[in-house]
Amino acid sequence: MKKTKSIALGMALAAGTFAASNAMAATTLENVKEKGHLQCGVTNGLPGFSQPDEDGNWTGIDVDTCRAISAAIFGDAKSVEFTPLTAKERFTALQSGEIDVLSRNTTWTLTRDASLGLNFAGVNYYDGQGFMVNKDIGVSDATELDGATVCIQSGTTTELNLSDYFRAKGMEFKPIVFDTSEQTVQGFSAGRCDVLTSDRSQLAALRSKLADPASAVILPNTISKEPLGPVVRQGDDQWFNVVKWVLNVQINAEELGVTSENVDDMLKSDNPNIQRLLGSDGNLGEMLGLAHDFGYEVIKHVGNYGEMYDRNVGPDTPLGLERGVNNLWNNGGVLYAPPVR
Amino acid sequence: MKTETITQSNDSRPAGPKPWYDPRVRSIFFQIVAIALVFWGGYTLVDNTLSNMESRGISTGFGFLEESAGFGIIMSLVPYDATMSYGRTFWVGLTNTLLVSAMGVVAATILGFIIGVARLSSNWLVAKIALVYVEVIRNIPLLLQIFFWYFAVLAALPTPRQSIEVGGSAFLNNRGLYVPDPVTQDGFGLVWGAIAIAIASVIGLRLWAKKRQLATGKIFPTFKVGVSILVLLPVLAYFVAGSPLEWDVPALKGFNFRGGITIIPELAALWLALSLYTASFIAEIVRSGILSVSKGQTEASHALGLPNGLTLRLVVIPQAMRVIIPPLTSQYLNLVKNSSLATAIGYPDLVAVFMGTTLNQTGQAVEVVAITMAVYLTISLLISLFMNIYNRAVAIKER
Repeated sequence: MKKTKSIALGMALAAGTFAASNAMAATTLENVKEKGHLQCGVTNGLPGFSQPDEDGNWTGIDVDTCRAISAAIFGDAKSVEFTPLTAKERFTALQSGEIDVLSRNTTWTLTRDASLGLNFAGVNYYDGQGFMVNKDIGVSDATELDGATVCIQSGTTTELNLSDYFRAKGMEFKPIVFDTSEQTVQGFSAGRCDVLTSDRSQLAALRSKLADPASAVILPNTISKEPLGPVVRQGDDQWFNVVKWVLNVQINAEELGVTSENVDDMLKSDNPNIQRLLGSDGNLGEMLGLAHDFGYEVIKHVGNYGEMYDRNVGPDTPLGLERGVNNLWNNGGVLYAPPVR
Repeated sequence: MKTETITQSNDSRPAGPKPWYDPRVRSIFFQIVAIALVFWGGYTLVDNTLSNMESRGISTGFGFLEESAGFGIIMSLVPYDATMSYGRTFWVGLTNTLLVSAMGVVAATILGFIIGVARLSSNWLVAKIALVYVEVIRNIPLLLQIFFWYFAVLAALPTPRQSIEVGGSAFLNNRGLYVPDPVTQDGFGLVWGAIAIAIASVIGLRLWAKKRQLATGKIFPTFKVGVSILVLLPVLAYFVAGSPLEWDVPALKGFNFRGGITIIPELAALWLALSLYTASFIAEIVRSGILSVSKGQTEASHALGLPNGLTLRLVVIPQAMRVIIPPLTSQYLNLVKNSSLATAIGYPDLVAVFMGTTLNQTGQAVEVVAITMAVYLTISLLISLFMNIYNRAVAIKER
């Protein structure tokens, strides 16, 4: 009897919880402000993009994107909690509301945009898929890879591109699919596969993790376009705009020459573009539901896009990636942010 | 008069408790309420999920199973290539799961019985080795053992170009074990026929031998004769038909071997780890089963002049089985479920292929997870059903 009663009570409570969570329809921005921090989904360890150091501090370009959003909302780049996710887990985590934004080198594709209930808020790194091989197998071009065994991480666009590429070239391959990039590298260095395939930036990062980075080479071929950027849930336009414009502000800041070092002086600038960007003129921030000077906070705490790039993946880092296509439009690249006005 | 008495007795009987004080009524009432709440909860859950997914623009339904998958899988028992559908990737994953589970169940049972019996051996060394095996293997997490075997297997093997060669047709390297693939030619039907006849005659022989033993007490060597028939008849038919079998021998082309049958190291490692791990539990179950049989049974059997081996086989094990089977069933279930750890080392089982790649490429988490859970539930219930049928067959019949 007592048992029946408590089960019934438990059921009623559980049902009540469903009803409650259903009724709660606050916007993501309100929720984030309410709980006092941003919950950000990142990789579980990829140098240059998101990687925790010995003290548990996360660094990387994807991490900086999270910090910039935090600076825009709270005026403080540290109000972020990171959720490390595998490629397989990432979309479910975002869909179910476990994280507020996914900043985890995720490729923008039509299927993902249209069928997963997600919105891509922009691109913070333009990438492409490449191949890494052991030097001693003596291959210098991807077209020589017929019959190769390929290590790959599961749940990625990489998996589909690989199959497309080999099919188009009439070549065969054997895929060994691992759960995390860590395991993929382990499989590669244990000799289970001839080739490791991933986005080129990731290959550079994974190569730097090898016991002897010089033993592996990255082939010159790029077999796909991989625009990587932050993702939010569909159906919350305000939040979508916030994430989108934090990134746009960083790109515009680089174009206008505003850096984290000179931003305080720039507050006094006569340039109306800079005045609007930093909020010393107008109330553009308030239209987004943020403070009027959110641009200033983003640049002050995280810096412009170029600073973010150089700090994490640029030529002076272990990854050593040239700006290339990731340069500003007026500098030979494709970065072109809509104006802040 | 009669009516009066009845009315009287009715009045004098103490009135029953009011319905809401009657424990029987109350318990039925609360059970109905609980069931209603469960159904309501379930309905809310499903309805809520569907409407939330719709409002967020997440596509639902099972239509995705017919879309083409577009990714490769290293090993499949059913024909598969990247142009086939997500429905096909489900079958590839399922058959791979069933393969490693079946191989694991067989190996773990054999090994478990041997070690379980060895633990009770009167030979001190044998008993202690079995004890150490059980204590070490069952106390180390399975995932670690899978990693250990995978990387131990890989580390021990040479690269494809330095393959270990067996008789010029089988090769072993860190991409797997490559053996020739038999390709049947015209006329192989005769061999299949011979195999069928051999199996039928062995069954007949066994029935006859048993009947004769009951009638005359003479024992016929069924096992030896049976094996001879099973081997000799098909071999004879094979040569009569003119050796209708060709071998697809693997050969080194480029980086890897092509042709033949490949046993990939992921399968080997997972199989090893699952079998060795589960065997340590089965050994303990077998030991407890044997210990549950009273010593008097063994002594009586010895008194009848049966040697040790026959005593174990005919007297002790059959009685131990009724203790062994129920926990053995749950070990089989564990083994099947544990095979989902395959995803850690890249063996393409149901969880890795379907709940991993397929889920991620389609984004249909709810459907894919529901299908996968239904599959494991079905496999587990089927194993349980068959083991229960078997248990009823071997249970001691009380007369």
